[in-house]
Amino acid sequence: MANSWRRERWDSFRLLTPNWQSRLPGHRYEGPDPDGYMTMGEVTEFIERFATLSRAPVRTGTNVTSVRRTDDGYQVTTSRGEIRCRTIVIASGACNLPALPEFADAVPDSVEQLTPFDYRGPGQLPDGGVLVVGASATGVQLAAELRRSGRPVILSVGEHVRMPRTYRGRDVLWWMDASGVWDERFDEIDDLSRARRLPSPQLVGTPERTTLDLNTLASMGVEMVGRWAAVRDGRALFSGGLRNVFSLADLKMERLLDTFDEWAKTHGRDAEVEPPERFAPTRVPEAARLQLDLRSGEVIAIIWATGFRPDYGWLDVPVIDAKGRLRHEGGVVDSPGLYALGLPVLRRRRSSFIHGVEADAREVVEHLARQLAVRR
Amino acid sequence: MTAVTNGVNVQALLDAREVLKGAPEAAQFVWRASSRWQNGVHSTTTVKEFFGLGQEQSHKREAVFDADHPEVFAAEDNGITPIEYLLVGLASCLTAGVASVAQNRGIQLRSVEATLEGKHDIRGILGVDGDVRNGFNDIKVTFNIDADASKQDIEALVAQSQKRSAVFDALTNPTNVTVEVA
Repeated sequence: MANSWRRERWDSFRLLTPNWQSRLPGHRYEGPDPDGYMTMGEVTEFIERFATLSRAPVRTGTNVTSVRRTDDGYQVTTSRGEIRCRTIVIASGACNLPALPEFADAVPDSVEQLTPFDYRGPGQLPDGGVLVVGASATGVQLAAELRRSGRPVILSVGEHVRMPRTYRGRDVLWWMDASGVWDERFDEIDDLSRARRLPSPQLVGTPERTTLDLNTLASMGVEMVGRWAAVRDGRALFSGGLRNVFSLADLKMERLLDTFDEWAKTHGRDAEVEPPERFAPTRVPEAARLQLDLRSGEVIAIIWATGFRPDYGWLDVPVIDAKGRLRHEGGVVDSPGLYALGLPVLRRRRSSFIHGVEADAREVVEHLARQLAVRR
Repeated sequence: MTAVTNGVNVQALLDAREVLKGAPEAAQFVWRASSRWQNGVHSTTTVKEFFGLGQEQSHKREAVFDADHPEVFAAEDNGITPIEYLLVGLASCLTAGVASVAQNRGIQLRSVEATLEGKHDIRGILGVDGDVRNGFNDIKVTFNIDADASKQDIEALVAQSQKRSAVFDALTNPTNVTVEVA
């Protein structure tokens, strides 16, 4: 139970959403710190508690090794026997495997390579410089932690989503929730496939509720380089387009804050929050390096914070697209009786958050129940 | 949006995007150029045919480009220097991007001007100092845009045009280049 929270997170990991947003049907955070962020252990307990309360017949320690279509449903093979069923809800998530670029194979053997699944903390690495690749939530958090351990850190930055931790005195995710941004439905979004690919925002959950953007990292002494494009002759080659990924993220953040301000104004909420604020643009380094000799010993390890992908290796039903993603329409998979929950923007922008599953589940289960009724 | 006329057929581009989603092979283009040495460092390059949408294609007219070095390089200056062509490519690509994105976002443009500066230490190509690179050290593009839009929206236009620019990508990211003798 809660396997990925137990085994696939680093030691200092905390949820990005504040405690008060941890709510499931009939179960919510009721501790003393609603504005705090759960540690891995606390998330695990939260999910275990929900399992107890909901009395769902969970089969722990059971791996699904195959799902096949039968005449009237599905045959599920598990490490503990077979299950036949008429409908299935896939809730295995979008982050089962780290996604690495192909050129990872061309990195010299002298440099250790880790994914966020392998990484636990700075103590696990020998002394020396670390190249963190990717500047979404994982990348910025690990870059900060490694830099604080005294190591030189280089961060390779591609397109990213910048967000302050708090805005006008409230958690930025309070704004996402209250203003309705998270309620935007999948069938109302202009470019859905882009919305579904959106990287996680540059956020960290700490007791101090501090912002962890690229300016914070630069002040800590983290060196920024552009998106890692290729390896040639043992050298990492970085894009010269760093300035533009900064601009794109700064502009997008401004637009999001404008949306919040507009919402607060039109809904008469200005009085309960602090005045609007704007943040300094991301500082562009005077000269970002375009290449790094990976054999020089300057970096002894690379951490690939380049995102994750789902693993549907066990799903023997032809519903996976060329990019390895599940083909579905708001959680209704293109195979009768097959459903999905908990994927990015499954039915609304909040779909992949803990509190996002409830509304999605109601709608998906409604469809599922109709499906069962029709075929009876 | 119908009132906006930047002259870009955005609908055709959006339609092409939909069609090519299901037909990646049709999206494979090959651009071509042929050059001939004239004399000294002067050469003439022509561009006419290309391949795309599954078949040979052609521009309406052949385009001819002379490249040479300026007199300060002790040459005849029959045309701009090759590296200046990179600025031509970048300027025109980003400008096309600005117009297309503006059309798509319903922003009426009145004028779009860009000035480009490429900083180049020629000690590299002359072999004076092996640590100096041959190409540009730095390129700066400054846009001056008059449009029915806020400063923020104009900045977003320019940012998006870089994000979708072929030449910006070709200049900022490494590309495999094979040069052989036939």
